Amino acid sequence: MDGAAYWLPVIWGVILAAAIMIYIVLDGFDLGIGILFAFERRRDSRDIMVNTIAPVWDGNETWMVFGGAVLYGVFPGAYSTLLPALYLPVVTMLLALIFRGVAFEFRVLTRIGAGSRSAFWDFGFMAGSVIAAFCQGAIVGGVIQGVSTTEGSFSGGPVDWLTPFSVLCGMSVVLGYALLGACWLIWRTEGALQQHCRVWAFPLALALLACIVAVSIWTTQLHAPYLRRWIAWPNILIVAPVPILVGVLTAIFMWGLRNRHHITPFLCTLGLFFLSFSGLGITVWPHAVPPGLTLWDVSSPPSSQAFELVGTAILLPVILAYTVYSYRVFRGKVTADDSYH
Amino acid sequence: MVSTATALLLARFQFAFTVGFHIVFPAFSIGLAAYLAVLEGTWLKTGRQVYLDLYQYWLKVFSIVFAMGVVSGLVMSYEFGTNWSVFSRKAGPITGVLLSYEVMTAFFLEAGFLGVMLFGMNKVGRGLHFAATCLVSLGTLISMTWILASNSWMQTPRGYTIEPGTGRFLPADWLAIIFNPSFPFRLLHMGLAAFLSVAFVVGATAAGHMLAARRRGEQASEPVRVMFSMAMWMATIIAPLQLVAGDMHGLNTLEHQPAKIAAMEGDWTSEDHAPELLLGIPNMKTEHTDYAVGIPLLGSLILTHSLDGKVPGMKDFPAQDRPPSYIIFFTFRIMVALGMAMIGMGLWSLILRRRGRIYDSAALHRAAVVMAPVGFVALLCGWVTTEVGRQPWTVYGLLRTENSVSPLMLPSMALTMTAFVVVYFFVFGSGLILLVRMLRHAPQTGEQGPTTENSASVLGARSHPHELPGHDTPHGSGPA
Repeated sequence: MDGAAYWLPVIWGVILAAAIMIYIVLDGFDLGIGILFAFERRRDSRDIMVNTIAPVWDGNETWMVFGGAVLYGVFPGAYSTLLPALYLPVVTMLLALIFRGVAFEFRVLTRIGAGSRSAFWDFGFMAGSVIAAFCQGAIVGGVIQGVSTTEGSFSGGPVDWLTPFSVLCGMSVVLGYALLGACWLIWRTEGALQQHCRVWAFPLALALLACIVAVSIWTTQLHAPYLRRWIAWPNILIVAPVPILVGVLTAIFMWGLRNRHHITPFLCTLGLFFLSFSGLGITVWPHAVPPGLTLWDVSSPPSSQAFELVGTAILLPVILAYTVYSYRVFRGKVTADDSYH
Repeated sequence: MVSTATALLLARFQFAFTVGFHIVFPAFSIGLAAYLAVLEGTWLKTGRQVYLDLYQYWLKVFSIVFAMGVVSGLVMSYEFGTNWSVFSRKAGPITGVLLSYEVMTAFFLEAGFLGVMLFGMNKVGRGLHFAATCLVSLGTLISMTWILASNSWMQTPRGYTIEPGTGRFLPADWLAIIFNPSFPFRLLHMGLAAFLSVAFVVGATAAGHMLAARRRGEQASEPVRVMFSMAMWMATIIAPLQLVAGDMHGLNTLEHQPAKIAAMEGDWTSEDHAPELLLGIPNMKTEHTDYAVGIPLLGSLILTHSLDGKVPGMKDFPAQDRPPSYIIFFTFRIMVALGMAMIGMGLWSLILRRRGRIYDSAALHRAAVVMAPVGFVALLCGWVTTEVGRQPWTVYGLLRTENSVSPLMLPSMALTMTAFVVVYFFVFGSGLILLVRMLRHAPQTGEQGPTTENSASVLGARSHPHELPGHDTPHGSGPA
């Protein structure tokens, strides 16, 4: 394999992983806020929760469209294999995201007049968030446990993805997003709501930690190469920091939560997500569709990858810059005092 | 075999259903974002309150339409893979790259500045806020450009080679791919359609409020009158332009997709003094258009701009390569008829405007209310015409639809089809009801513009797009 044909897919693999990571973080706390609607019943608290993300959620969700488009343009072999294989959870997730997205807008608009339907849309926001989060976890689990392919095309059944492992992954993501949402709110709100979030964050963190341990151990049992990646010498030197850092971050998280820090729990949770995601990446590398297809098997021709890379190298920094700008415009605590009564 | 054919049909129906819903929202966003940019720009230039009032009024609508566009578009970005995986694998190196550019140059821009546009009036100042509005509007136009480049490439593919063995389309010349022969015409036709669709919704809204004011024995408020006048100017100017653009697009289609033209026209045999069929029922089995009513020579005149120009017939093409005429014969005629009605509306308003009666004619206002959906109906009919007219190909002349579909099982396809129909009708139906309810409220006068730094938070809430009791505005008090 010559240079470009080898390196372009590697570079794109890194960009795609980064885009998915950014999506998980940004839409993760959006979805987490929806999941936390299950615990927070007061309307004014719910309004504050929603207002912390109102100016940014469209942008957050765009990272998922970007992920789909990159997969389609740069790794069409993975796009055309994974989506039929994960057809049911993907469509379910998309429909749940529709509910989440519109419920978010409609819950306020339906509040006026008799026969208010805003309670229904509040429920839709919560249910849509839970289902979308679960499906995302199940999709990740479905990819990691492997997809059956014949000559580069999906050749399995419609419910192959549904296993105890993928269900556990789905539950882990729901818990993880809820924790991310709670920590986001600890950072961005104050008063009673912030206090509630501190109370929720502790058990959520413990549950997430248990999930991380369970998924990690289970993953190594799925395929022999997965286990070798983590225990064989000298790989172990490179991968050992991952579990160690998970322990360190959890300790800092608990310390920050106890000492009523505002942003420390959020940063630690981001770190946990990053480590978990990196761990999965290390496990499946260099496969795009485990266990059969590598990054190179599913790639576009170098001419497509190069053309898209030129634009990405210019545009992605610009996108990140104005995304940061937009977050800065709406920085600071969101409180009920900001409302109009 | 039966279940394979049914699965293909379901995959097609599901895709058409979801795109059909989706296409309305971006078109609405394209037109509305441009309108908002014009309103805010005019307000900044003239300082007249009425433009700010209208801006705030339509901004609320925009926030809802945009949200529905985002979520329905999200579905589209994954549906190429779920329903058309073979197409994705083969054409992804071209269409997927164009879609990625759309996301990077347009979607992020729109979504990134939408927050500032909706909630930032008091936070960034007038100039920056206007810049945000313009960037969102620019984003909608860039988005349309890329998606039409991709769609046009599927209609008139250029700049590719086909990889032996795999059948993949490999990019050879990106400029030829993007600026393929039908792209400029499609872009112009779709852009004008978006502006016209929104003009008629805006015009109908204003007309409804003028009729309501008349019933109360009042003069319509200034924002309502300005809204109506602007909408009617758009109809007067853009609707005739659209006729010209459509004619140019038709000539282009005749050159590159003659089978589509034959099916649109219901012509079976190629002839050089062709009539224009006004009505009829094309029958694909008997190869004849039943009950045809036509005007002699007009077909040649319209399609070739000469009385004896040669017009293709469907019998020129093998039966398995013919688009289903019975659908697009009608969708094309509905589109043209509605286009004529829009031109008529524009002329009527112009005549009344010259006589100084544009705000007084109840007949014009009633007609404008009835015309509210015609832009969108015409747009959907045009879209069906061009997409069904491309059949039986996904990449015209190169990749057949039946060879593009995913290896999906019928039960999961049927299950999700049901879910799509139920969810879409419920969610977007609710959205439509909410929009109509919002538009029933007349625009407020005296909306607040951006105030100076750190103004009272009460004012902040007034610029909130939802601006309803109980909704809070995100409003920072500095870094945590």
